[in-house]
Amino acid sequence: MTPWIVKNLWLIPALPALAAGVSALLPRRQRTLSAGLAIGSVGISLLLALCAFANALGQPVEAKQYFNFAWFEFAAGDAGVLKLGWVLDPLTAVMLVMVTFVGLLIFIYSVGYMAHDENFTRFFTFLSLFAGAMLGVVIANSLLLLFICWELVGLTSYLLIGFWYHKPSAAAAAKKAFITTRIGDVALLLGMVWLYSETGTLLFYDNGGGCLEQNALAALVTRATSLGMTVSTAIALLIFTGAVGKSGQVPLHVWLPDAMEGPTPVSALIHAATMVAAGVFLVARTFPIFGSTVESLVADGAAPVSGALQVVTWIGAITAVFAASIAVAQNDIKRILAYSTVSQLGYMMMGLGVGGVAVGMFHLITHAFFKALLFMGAGSVIHGCHEEQDIRRMGGLRKYMPVTFATYAIGMLALAGFPLFFSGFWSKDEILHAAHGWPASHIPFYLGMIGAFLTAFYMTRQVAAVFFGSYRGGTHHGEKARESEAHGGHAPHESPAVMTWPLIVLAVCAIGLSVIGTPWWPWFQEFLGKHHEAGEGGGVVGLMLFSSVIVFLGLGVGWWLYGRRPWQRADEPDALEVARGDIFSLLRNKYYIDEIYELTVIRFNAWWARVCDLLDRWLWGGVVQLVSYAVVGLSWVNRMFDEYVVNLGFDQGCKRLTLGGKMFSRLQSGQAQTYLRIIGAGLVVLVILLIRGSRGG
Amino acid sequence: MTSLAAYLTLSAFLFCIGLAGALTRRNAIIVLVGIELMLNAANLNFIAFWRFSENPEALTGLMFAIFSIGIAAAEAAVGLALIIAIYRHYKTANVDEANTLRG
Repeated sequence: MTPWIVKNLWLIPALPALAAGVSALLPRRQRTLSAGLAIGSVGISLLLALCAFANALGQPVEAKQYFNFAWFEFAAGDAGVLKLGWVLDPLTAVMLVMVTFVGLLIFIYSVGYMAHDENFTRFFTFLSLFAGAMLGVVIANSLLLLFICWELVGLTSYLLIGFWYHKPSAAAAAKKAFITTRIGDVALLLGMVWLYSETGTLLFYDNGGGCLEQNALAALVTRATSLGMTVSTAIALLIFTGAVGKSGQVPLHVWLPDAMEGPTPVSALIHAATMVAAGVFLVARTFPIFGSTVESLVADGAAPVSGALQVVTWIGAITAVFAASIAVAQNDIKRILAYSTVSQLGYMMMGLGVGGVAVGMFHLITHAFFKALLFMGAGSVIHGCHEEQDIRRMGGLRKYMPVTFATYAIGMLALAGFPLFFSGFWSKDEILHAAHGWPASHIPFYLGMIGAFLTAFYMTRQVAAVFFGSYRGGTHHGEKARESEAHGGHAPHESPAVMTWPLIVLAVCAIGLSVIGTPWWPWFQEFLGKHHEAGEGGGVVGLMLFSSVIVFLGLGVGWWLYGRRPWQRADEPDALEVARGDIFSLLRNKYYIDEIYELTVIRFNAWWARVCDLLDRWLWGGVVQLVSYAVVGLSWVNRMFDEYVVNLGFDQGCKRLTLGGKMFSRLQSGQAQTYLRIIGAGLVVLVILLIRGSRGG
Repeated sequence: MTSLAAYLTLSAFLFCIGLAGALTRRNAIIVLVGIELMLNAANLNFIAFWRFSENPEALTGLMFAIFSIGIAAAEAAVGLALIIAIYRHYKTANVDEANTLRG
């Protein structure tokens, strides 16, 4: 018997989607109604998600409850039925609660943040649509359904990044995000098609017949592609490419920092907490394809690391350090957080690679809470400083915005991995611990440690610049200053309660979530299934001490460089810039990745487009032109023939005939005597003939 | 008795005069007179051939001639009526001007 909640799991994404549909039709002035619809629908979804969660709690570990239905039939028989469905397992349950909960808080926050925007209704329409699509991704029991929602999520991301489309930078960022993620999605689509052709189904779980179940996996791991790797690895890598695009991993990370052009709640919800985590979720969902090897299917445990997981780990580890190092040199408050997000997503990928679903997902959940908190805190700061985003023009906000400061500090410590009290510490430590025990290589572990140090460092830098020292915002002269003058004084102010309360709730979660995943009570890991006990023993405490030292080192260096002597003026050079200008400018310019892409991929693309254009215009166009000219020529000949041969011949004939008629008609003089004369002549001739005839005869 | 050739010669002579008159004169009345001459030339031929035939008692040639004269009378009446109609229409009896049927 399928429980009610499993059968009706579709309601959870459907409600926000419906709210989006309704508020899309509302007139622009119905602000309260559209916000109410969005918040109400997500609120109900949250309640349903909690029901689902409670249901999943009661189930044994590894239990999959799913509900499949035939979507449409394209051929007779069982193989011709395309099925879709949804699944309720611990992974889904956790994600559902996280997405609806964080989503609800961000929706509430948006009411305050977007209060002055005239397109308030449109904003909530998009947000609701996003929530619906994201929840669809989470519950999907079919790679196809997941892909559909995945693309919807990408679409809403595009719409929301370009929400202020009149800003050229926002429009460009939206396009960049859409196109960059599309590159990954093409690979995902290919992987999906391949998977379908190999297994004949896209359902994840289908009573033994799904593509993530034993039968299909056994077929996938034994077959080899022409490149030497198994089919499962190849498909996993294609799916992973989709995840790389969506989750902003190197080398497709370039869109995520630019996506900060969107409104801050969007950055918090989509580009920090949920959508970008969809890539991680996708890998977690299809983890059996990634992790399966011939050995692991035969005997549980003691299996070599699969090729796909190695790639996942390496990409994740490289991204973690790479993005963290860029974040060190950025000045835009949201951009720092964006690079931090990229870096943390790298951690999650690494966690999936080295430790399995539970490790990666734990970090995903904790990160979602504290990163949403940080972004909303940043939004509150931006709001309070009259739309200023440059951390050099902030400072001293501790005194002006106490609630924001307190919650932001909690988020920052959680992100940095401050020991014991913050969720980020436990989830990050879990990843590092798993990386330490990874049999394939130790380098990801060291990369993770460097990343942890950098994270602590840049977050300290940011907090020191924003909240400590003195306020530097009013001293510069520019358009912004005049604007803020007109706004009624330049002193920053605390945000309204509708914005601070979500911050407080999230801050509580950022601390409270730590209890569910400590090594001493790994409830979360057990809930999500296999808990790898790799390298158990005294290593945990030692490692924890080590990583704590790293974090304190990062915090200390950051404070020493930026907190001890805060910036006095906005245009003062960065402390790192003074020390090592060359490295700093390399980091400030994000390793010139954008420029490299501009010079290589984009230039190549443009060149190729031009070649195609020329080919089109001259070769294919030429052929078409040739054909058309040939046709025109033939028809011209035809016309000439018609006009000069057929028509002219006919006309000439007619003319001759008329002329002949005219000539003959001249005989008809109308004068009886003429006729008579002819008759007479005829008679004479007749008589002569007769006489001669009689004489001859 | 006068020979047949003499009658035929006279008849041909008369016919030629009538034909010339019918063909060359412009006045419709004279044309009609020419036609009557030709008819009578033909009648003379009928009579002459009948008179010199092997069986003159049969009166066949006479019957031809009498019919022919009757027809000629009728023809003259119709012809004169036509001429009068033409004259009324064209205000002239000149046959050259009555050429409405020209091609």
